[in-house]
Amino acid sequence: MSEPLIFEHSRAGRFARAQAPVAREDVDLPVECLRTEPPVLPEVSELQTVRHYTRLSQRNFAIDTHFYPLGSCTMKYNPRACNTLALLPGFRGRHPYAPASHSQGFLACMFELQEMLKGVTGMQAVSLTPMAGAQGELAGVLMIRAYHHARNEAHRNEILVPDAAHGTNPATAVMCGMKVVELPTDDDGDVDIGALEKAVGPNTAGIMLTNPSTVGVFERKIERIAEIVHGAGGLLYYDGANLNAILGKVRPGDMGFDVIHMNLHKTFSTPHGGGGPGSGAVGVGARLKAFMPIPVVGRDGEHYRWLDEKDLPQSIGRLSGFMGNAGVLLRAYVYMRMLGHEGMRRVGEFATLNANYLAARLKAAGFDLAYPRRRASHEFIITLKRMAKDHGVTAMDVAKALLDYGYHAPTTYFPLLVPECLLIEPTETESKEALDGFVDAMCDIMERAARDAEHLKGAPWTLPVRRLDDVRAARQLDVAWRPEEAGA
Amino acid sequence: MSEVPSELKYTSDHEWLRIEDDGNVVVGVTDHAQAALGELVFVELPEQGSEVGQGDACAVVESVKAASDVYAPITGEILETNEQLGDAPEKVNQDPYGDGWLFRMRPADVDALGDLLDADAYQALLDELD
Repeated sequence: MSEPLIFEHSRAGRFARAQAPVAREDVDLPVECLRTEPPVLPEVSELQTVRHYTRLSQRNFAIDTHFYPLGSCTMKYNPRACNTLALLPGFRGRHPYAPASHSQGFLACMFELQEMLKGVTGMQAVSLTPMAGAQGELAGVLMIRAYHHARNEAHRNEILVPDAAHGTNPATAVMCGMKVVELPTDDDGDVDIGALEKAVGPNTAGIMLTNPSTVGVFERKIERIAEIVHGAGGLLYYDGANLNAILGKVRPGDMGFDVIHMNLHKTFSTPHGGGGPGSGAVGVGARLKAFMPIPVVGRDGEHYRWLDEKDLPQSIGRLSGFMGNAGVLLRAYVYMRMLGHEGMRRVGEFATLNANYLAARLKAAGFDLAYPRRRASHEFIITLKRMAKDHGVTAMDVAKALLDYGYHAPTTYFPLLVPECLLIEPTETESKEALDGFVDAMCDIMERAARDAEHLKGAPWTLPVRRLDDVRAARQLDVAWRPEEAGA
Repeated sequence: MSEVPSELKYTSDHEWLRIEDDGNVVVGVTDHAQAALGELVFVELPEQGSEVGQGDACAVVESVKAASDVYAPITGEILETNEQLGDAPEKVNQDPYGDGWLFRMRPADVDALGDLLDADAYQALLDELD
């Protein structure tokens, strides 16, 4: 049954006396800034409000309730301890304008987080400032741009992006005024080296790579790629989206990358919000150290302090007013301290083991792996091209059917180069039993596709909201409730 | 089985071209392309009068699955775009070779048209993909 909007529970004059302000405060705002009519708010009781939001929360598909193998998103469990410790009163009550001398504990945590991220990525410096992955990417490419400008090579405006890259990579390059040159991927998921050699030249600014790539395999020729791009005068950008697979095992800095952004909400287990707050910390090598976004935390002897424009005059600038999303950074700090070096290595190992176990079991059950000759990284792709052809059951139908079995759907139709694909990332935090349960559901769906395709095309059957008309939703986007249309 | 009209020219990026009597060409995406994309929700077209080079990304077709670039199949000038697609992107799905056309171009070099695929060659490409 669908839950009405909170506005639809509204009755004129009803309110929650216990929650109402006792006195009305006068505010000193210019008269043109004051509203002339009261805002349209739902008029509901406290109990109605509690029930409404509790019911909605019970409908969440979340890591805390369901297996969530959403490829490329690293939906791992967020340990409760990270949350608890990030909410210590000393952190929670710290005012962002408090002087550094009163914030030594917080600054020490941020400094240590920078150091740990440096260590695990092999980069020379880290800035925690970017507020989300997208901003981290922006910072990365802006630094590449600033580097070429500082060397009087402002004409370098081409960014190479493999077609297996994250869609955000070309978008970021364009945002930074760059021209995107797409590189093809070979049949085994590696970058086509011949095409790369032809694509580099005097205008090459750099290359953006995810390794392991979005097709779920490790880029084996990375050292050769670094040699070619550096040889042409370009820089290497590492998209940290898939860092989970190599954590503690291989370091982007050692592969030759000049800059990396890290999605702390993926690899370092801070909560994924609906678009935020995230963290897109950036790490840099020697070439880009001078251009880091500020503020960065520095240490003079035993004293921690903010580094700003005076310390980094060539910085691309300030990307957040204070310390990025401080609460997110603290959770990542606690997570890393809990794991330690050994724990981080095990993250990479078990993320990869879980993915390969799942891939092997699905393959044995008759599903087609997109890159059967390759070992999976932390995620892998199956293609349902055969099922679509034989039974008319598409990747989207299977994704929706999985919801009925109590599994969040894997990523669908991404990457674009594999038809009818599901991108599956179990993460290291799932048990063998959870993985086996998922395989059982997939086998059940496969068997049903041959026998009763219509059932799958109508899925989900058991959820409060059935199959959505996504085409209509996109063509006639309507997300605002308006009292006049509701007849209120 | 997707439709491949025999009188058209094709590219390996799943675009079709119709050469008109005046030597100009109409460009769209093939039946195979529209089926692979799924129902379109948005089409972005090039600016009328702009010059495009062969292989330049000059239009975008967006479905609920993905946004894909459409590449200029030849070098030339954009003469006209199909403005009906602004309100009705679904025309590309319903009639990819007719009302769902994307833009008209004046080729810079008529000889370049010879390098495009004919219907048999494009059909062979589709068979290979299958």
